[in-house]
Amino acid sequence: MKVLVPVKRVVDYNVKVRVKSDQTGVDIANVKMSMNPFDEIAVEEAVRLKEKGLVTEVIAVSCGVAQCQETLRTAMAIGADRGILVETTEELQPLAVAKLLKALIDKEQPSLVILGKQAIDDDCNQTGQMLAALADWPQATFASKVELSATSVNVTREVDGGLETLALTLPAIITTDLRLNEPRYVTLPNIMKAKKKQLDNYKPEDLGVNVAPRIKTLKVTEPPKRSAGIKVADVDALVHQLKNVAKVI
Amino acid sequence: MTTLVIAEHDNDSIKPSTLNTITAALACGGGLHVLVAGHQAEGAAKAAASIVGVSKVLHADSIALEHALAENIASQVVAIANNYTHILFPSTAGGKNVSPRVAAKLDVAQISDITKVESPDTFERPIYAGNAIATVQSSDAIKVITVRTTGFDAAAITGGSASIESITATADSGKSKYMGSEIAKNDRPELTAAKIIVSGGRALGSAEKFSEVITPLADKLGAAMGASRAAVDAGYAPNDWQVGQTGKIVAPQLYVACGISGAIQHLAGMKDSKVIVAINKDPEAPIFSVADFGLEADLFQAVPELVSKL
Repeated sequence: MKVLVPVKRVVDYNVKVRVKSDQTGVDIANVKMSMNPFDEIAVEEAVRLKEKGLVTEVIAVSCGVAQCQETLRTAMAIGADRGILVETTEELQPLAVAKLLKALIDKEQPSLVILGKQAIDDDCNQTGQMLAALADWPQATFASKVELSATSVNVTREVDGGLETLALTLPAIITTDLRLNEPRYVTLPNIMKAKKKQLDNYKPEDLGVNVAPRIKTLKVTEPPKRSAGIKVADVDALVHQLKNVAKVI
Repeated sequence: MTTLVIAEHDNDSIKPSTLNTITAALACGGGLHVLVAGHQAEGAAKAAASIVGVSKVLHADSIALEHALAENIASQVVAIANNYTHILFPSTAGGKNVSPRVAAKLDVAQISDITKVESPDTFERPIYAGNAIATVQSSDAIKVITVRTTGFDAAAITGGSASIESITATADSGKSKYMGSEIAKNDRPELTAAKIIVSGGRALGSAEKFSEVITPLADKLGAAMGASRAAVDAGYAPNDWQVGQTGKIVAPQLYVACGISGAIQHLAGMKDSKVIVAINKDPEAPIFSVADFGLEADLFQAVPELVSKL
């Protein structure tokens, strides 16, 4: 059984981005880029399924600029067997990425695609569900537990108020939530090994996909600043502020 | 021009997130229909009909819609989508699950998590954990949107008198099956709808201490309980209590952060709260930079004292 794991190169989660003064976007020149944290969880989960003997091959995919190769190498250092880069300098929106991935699942015929639930840059939370729609596969988003068998997969999902378990017929789409697993640290020998793994390169045209953006960003601005309030001396002062000044209790 | 809002409901009533979504829908202009898809959800359909601003309620009833499986709900929405210019979902776990599936089936882009409607095709949405606000314009014929509920006031639940129309329910996809759920039952308000939230962080030190210290304050204030990612990762609080960029986005009247340092991902989830109180013994904690009232103190003493003085 093959598993496909799409991974996105994003601004590292520790970086606090700055809005550009011309309001065209955020400044990502010279900031640290990393694999989207949810995608790292997706790679880890796929690799664990392989280590349990339930999966034969884990293929990492990334769509975007040439530097996404680094993200793919990281995925391969975690344990993905090979990588596919769909290279373009065009701004990729989730629908376009879902279409590229759909073309790749037609090529590769995986039984399972595991994606991060959301990228921490555009915060869209769309690609997995869109891919499921395009492929007409069942989906289980926000997974906190995955139990795979030969023809189906049981997924426990994080929903508002608690957890829910679904059984999906394979092939299927899963998106990961934070508590699915803790990704391993990649070791130097595995980083070296990853450099020798196969990495194929496509262009969106090779896959017959039009990736032109559908949504136009008119401007990007700073959020309204919240100014710091006051420090209160003790609990009595806090109670006084809440009751008599802010009047919220 | 008509907008369709996909209601979140528990069969008998409409969930509060739907009310904020309706306000966003009204800002898009035109007529407003609400879809109540479920099994034996007549109560919810009636409740939807009385919401101010709703002109028609579409009610689809089928056992296939009982557990809101994404495959079935999406095909229900797609079946009627061409009657609408806008299709809005609340940005809840349920809405986020289904909405992109609808968008992709219609071959349109989705606009996630809008916080403002500038015009029928232009919207504001936060990106990068709320550190930037993007104004985006969609050129698609049908705009599929999820609505950040904290960005819009709740519509009034009584006063409307919409008609209720039964529509044909779609068939079960047969590809996914609901096996069960574990939903914590308690009398507290829902985290995303609560007027007051008391949240705890890693400083609590254990699940026992979390419960021992935070619960009495939440009880006293009639508050929902939340947690930072660090506290959830450490197992002090359940996963669905996590407030932050990738957890719950909340904006209560009062948010009390106890022992939470204030990572940007946490601030992204609560900085639109009306009044923020931070109790932390570290004077340098970033949470103080957004707090209206900061109390530099040991939470194990300050919180019980606060409970006794309220």
